[in-house]
Amino acid sequence: MKKFTISVFTENFIGILNRITIIFTRRGINISGITASESREDGIYRLTIEVTTTDEQIVQLVNQLERIIDVIKAFYYEDDQVVFQEIALYKLPVSSLDPGLEKVIRQYSARIISAEKDFVVIEMTGHKEDTQELLSILKKFNIMEFARSGRVAVSKPMQTLDQYLQ
Amino acid sequence: MNDTKIRGAEIVIKSLVAEKVTTLFGYPGGAIMPVYDALYDYIDQVNHVLTRHEQGAIHAAQGFARVSGKVGVCMVTSGPGATNLITGLADALIDSTPLVCITGQVASHLLGTDAFQETDVVGFSMPGTKWNIQVRRVEDIAPAISKGFYIARSGRPGPVLIDITKDAQFALGEFNYTPTFKVRSYKPFPQVSHSMVAKAAELINSAKKPFVLYGQGVLMAQAEEELKAFLEKTGTPAACTLLGSGSLSEDHSLYVGKLGMHGNFAPNILTNQCDVLIAVGMRFDDRVTGDLSRYARQAKVIHLELDPVEINKNVKADVPVLGDCKESLSLLIEKVQPNSHQEWLDEFLQLENEEKAAVVSRDLTPTKTGLTMGEVVRYVNEFKDDDAVLVTDVGQHQMIAWRYFAFKSSRTQVTSGGLGTMGFGLPAALGAQLHDLSRQVICVVGDGGIQMTVQELGTIMQTKAPVKIILLNNNFLGMVRQWQQMFFDKRYSFTELENPDFIKIAEAYKIKSSKVEQREDLSEAVADMLLHDGPYFLEVVVAKEDNVFPMITTGCSVDEIRLS
Repeated sequence: MKKFTISVFTENFIGILNRITIIFTRRGINISGITASESREDGIYRLTIEVTTTDEQIVQLVNQLERIIDVIKAFYYEDDQVVFQEIALYKLPVSSLDPGLEKVIRQYSARIISAEKDFVVIEMTGHKEDTQELLSILKKFNIMEFARSGRVAVSKPMQTLDQYLQ
Repeated sequence: MNDTKIRGAEIVIKSLVAEKVTTLFGYPGGAIMPVYDALYDYIDQVNHVLTRHEQGAIHAAQGFARVSGKVGVCMVTSGPGATNLITGLADALIDSTPLVCITGQVASHLLGTDAFQETDVVGFSMPGTKWNIQVRRVEDIAPAISKGFYIARSGRPGPVLIDITKDAQFALGEFNYTPTFKVRSYKPFPQVSHSMVAKAAELINSAKKPFVLYGQGVLMAQAEEELKAFLEKTGTPAACTLLGSGSLSEDHSLYVGKLGMHGNFAPNILTNQCDVLIAVGMRFDDRVTGDLSRYARQAKVIHLELDPVEINKNVKADVPVLGDCKESLSLLIEKVQPNSHQEWLDEFLQLENEEKAAVVSRDLTPTKTGLTMGEVVRYVNEFKDDDAVLVTDVGQHQMIAWRYFAFKSSRTQVTSGGLGTMGFGLPAALGAQLHDLSRQVICVVGDGGIQMTVQELGTIMQTKAPVKIILLNNNFLGMVRQWQQMFFDKRYSFTELENPDFIKIAEAYKIKSSKVEQREDLSEAVADMLLHDGPYFLEVVVAKEDNVFPMITTGCSVDEIRLS
């Protein structure tokens, strides 16, 4: 079992996400992270899906994704073939703000993006291990809420979508 | 300007006419009523067949599609009408049958509110369709139908569902029909790689024991002639899958039988002795391969296949040749050397004789009391037309009919292969018959399956479709009973049936019928049935506890096929 990042380029068609997730559900593969956004091309969307599966299964999954009529192209990568980031938000009570916390924020290149009367929100961008590490530290500072995005990723291989768009 | 506008409902019908749809199977209801109203003005152009159940409509459309190669069309209402299509959609998807199904939907302002007969059919049918769409605006109706037909029939065919809200059916719009030839995100025909063809030819040219397995892909690509030419040039023996039957006449000297669980002895055993396995338009279904870890491990595998998903899915291909097999076979024919493999072919004949002695003679010319399903098929072969279509349901009768029916021409078999849908047979036979009233359509069903869709006798009565129905009645759910006998200590848990008087049912539907219980009456009864002008129902009471052999039991390898 290995970790893979799948990039799926799709038409903007209602229900496409449903069609895509059905393929994972059928094989009992858990989606551990998913993000959706526009791509470089107008009107074409890209989904970034993280899964843990085998070399054999990943090929079949990607083939099955490509068989979906409104999927233009699907690629899969191992971690060393993509540049990726995730964003994490941490909500803490104002009372936790002290020099110790400020030091932690600087140390992790995190930043306060919102300061309200009762709470502050800290943002950190990075890989899962880093944002997870910060989370464990912030537990000591009475963290109230935590959320992390799925990964966004661009591929290292010099391939573009253009060739699939005739 | 306004006078050129027509209702969305009429646009639906005009779009079907533009797609040259001549026969449509359906069932009206609230949310599709505007379309049925529009249809009333087009009955001279479109023959609508009112089935007795929506499942009957979709199976009939499947039967129609399978014998004609055209897109089967059915039309039903929202809610239960739409959900009754689900089994047919799943069946058509797994057997690659081109369908366009139109479902009515509640008005768009009611979507998501649990309105009367509202169901999320697009959601329901997503895993059972090649493509589906909900149309909520009149201007989107014709483009959706055009795209739907293109997707259903191109590449690896499959079912498409188009859900149209009632307000879109009522709304006025311009009718402008543009056939679809391209969808940007959809590549139905991968290009055949010449280098792969060359590699395949090289393997074939050096093969001592080549073996071809052909499936329904040959029929769909209309590559019957190319297959035959390839086999004849290379002298390669060939065996078919369930759905591939008929692609090659069984009279051909290189035809060596049928593959899989209840296929023939020789091709199953010799799959594990060939040196080059050439799979053409087939997908290595588990009913064909048995235990994959012991399937053709000794052979180099060449896989001619249109759908990239099928490559390496079950059996790893040493030489995958993606693309339409009509094209790849043509290219291969040029590159292969003429050859013959008589000794290898003799190995097939030898094993075939073993099967004949152990199984076939007992099935076809039995001496003990109790009619066999096989002897019924033997008489069918004696009296049927060469291009007669065999439609079967699912179970023992399906396997026996498939094993013994003499397939002589293309598109002569309709059965539920991948899904194994009981109840498929009778409505599918109706659909197959309505494609061509002059062609003999013989529907073989069991007493279990026929009762799942027996109401379609009403449609046969109303359309006078001259289907010849042969009910092989053993008073059991025979295939399940066989498994209970073999693998569950004969514990016949809920497989014995108390059956109605089937002849009375046929009579109630005004279908001419007869019943055979004695061997000496069988030949004449089958002959009479086939000569009858109009639908006919023949019930044959067969032995209660007969089994289908040969058999590859679950978990066994193809060469462990049992003769008893």
